[in-house]
Amino acid sequence: MPSSAHTALRADAPPAQAARGPGRWTQRWLMSPAVLSLLLWSVVPLLMTIWFSLIRYNLLSPDQTGFVGLDNYRFMWSDPSFFPSIFNTLVLTVSVLLISVVGGVLLAVLFDQEFPGRGVARLLVIAPFFVMPTVSALIWKNMLLHPVYGLFAAALHAVGLQPVDWLGEYPMFSIILIVSWQWLPFAFLILLTAIQSLDPEQKEAAQIDGAGPFSMFFYIVLPHLKRAIGVVVMIETIFLLSIFAEIYTTTSGGPGTATTTLSFLIYSLGLQQFDVGMASTGGILAVLLANIVSVFLVRMLANNLKGENER
Amino acid sequence: MNRSASRNLRYGLTTALAWTVAILVFFPIFWMMITAFKTEEQAYQLSVFFTPTLQSFRDVFARSDYLAFAGNSIAISVGVTVLSLLVAIPAAYSMAFFPGPKTQKLLLWMMSTKMMPSVGVLLPVYLLWKNIGLLDTLSGLIIIYTLINLPIAVWMTYTYFCEVPKEILEASRIDGASTWQEIVHLLMPMSLPGLASTALLLLILSWNEAFWSINLSSAHAAPLTVFIASYSSPEGLFWAKLSAASLLAVAPIMVLGWLTQKQLVRGLTFGAVK
Repeated sequence: MPSSAHTALRADAPPAQAARGPGRWTQRWLMSPAVLSLLLWSVVPLLMTIWFSLIRYNLLSPDQTGFVGLDNYRFMWSDPSFFPSIFNTLVLTVSVLLISVVGGVLLAVLFDQEFPGRGVARLLVIAPFFVMPTVSALIWKNMLLHPVYGLFAAALHAVGLQPVDWLGEYPMFSIILIVSWQWLPFAFLILLTAIQSLDPEQKEAAQIDGAGPFSMFFYIVLPHLKRAIGVVVMIETIFLLSIFAEIYTTTSGGPGTATTTLSFLIYSLGLQQFDVGMASTGGILAVLLANIVSVFLVRMLANNLKGENER
Repeated sequence: MNRSASRNLRYGLTTALAWTVAILVFFPIFWMMITAFKTEEQAYQLSVFFTPTLQSFRDVFARSDYLAFAGNSIAISVGVTVLSLLVAIPAAYSMAFFPGPKTQKLLLWMMSTKMMPSVGVLLPVYLLWKNIGLLDTLSGLIIIYTLINLPIAVWMTYTYFCEVPKEILEASRIDGASTWQEIVHLLMPMSLPGLASTALLLLILSWNEAFWSINLSSAHAAPLTVFIASYSSPEGLFWAKLSAASLLAVAPIMVLGWLTQKQLVRGLTFGAVK
């Protein structure tokens, strides 16, 4: 088998020359379940949402049907909870991103130092990421933030202050607090792993050159973390734009529309008011929002990576 | 002398600061853990000194069909993990060992399907599932979770397969191994640690998923995420029971997560951070 000996010597040989591998059709057949299922998943439901958003479709009034063009979009535009929901979605996403990235970088720098019990302390900090969203939301709502019996109320009481109804008076702040508690540990875990891959020799060289802790941070550590930060921002954005369970179990979008995000608005239009048409309109707008954000993100990340390669 | 004093000061400050942060961040979980071992009256006394009792755990088991919810969570997570790997492994094998000019694009496209927000397709999926009888069934949830997690499964197995030397597989092919034998008897054992961490990540993600489970399941197929969400009614003020149920739901996954943190980073960042 001269050809196979040849390929064995040259690992980078073109795959077409590989010895008696599965034929082209076998290769396609092996990939087809994954590719076809994802193709169906990414096309069919989306097309259905687009179609539903253009018709009158309410499960409670099945006699009213028909194509209505962009009427649903016009209704949505004038719906008093539409703009608040977009605003709330963006406020929640951006706040949690800022808190988890800035906090995550600072904590990663802190935990990069030697100190006794570092391994255990690290486990404690990443733990909230593994708590299911409904549990963390309810523990915070009922046991910590509760205005009468909660631990925060007791603590305020102990120092002679009035207890605060956190979820009633500062609903968005409370939601941001709960969601950040879940996602800061994620950012921390990724950034700590990244910071520990920094070459110690590079640090030593900078120290010998007389770099203080601040210039060390801004000229060595932060540029090294650029890529990891980009990854954290990208992944968290995907999840944060569609935060649902935390709001469903704590405020149900209220009081008023104070914590109604786009996800919650669509759920409430579709599965509480059974207005499939309007909910699908919201769904399309959510897809558009995610795409706009992702275009910015991808451009930002691409610039980031390009800058890194040029260095 | 002066220098070592300042080093000691820095060491002390780092220790104090890091441990303060760690305790503060972990505190809600700690609070849930000790409340689970209190009686309902003790729970409201907000004290850490009490005689532990297992009463709340007994109540949780006795009161509700807790075991049915837990069973659903296990069935769904295991089902998703097995199904995702079954679909992902052949695809990743094909892409890792026989890459074509479009392989990279195909992988990126797969990842891009994750950019679509779930809520954008909630209504069609809900109505489809209702019409074909998948609403509130285990298989209905397993299918959705698998579709959501498939890109991660393919990507992770792909990166692990790329680390397996091609020559070994080629040698086995010369010895007359079929594609099936090659994958099952050679590739899978060789990349077992990678496949195991992929499986663990899939388990964790599907155990904690709470958007589709809340919207697509109720009495029959609901997993623990939905069971806990039912405590958002005034029932949630029975703190000891809420804590006991929550602790049971969270503990196994937290232990798994702690054991596999290194591999998780790689999986969650699609190999960009190792």
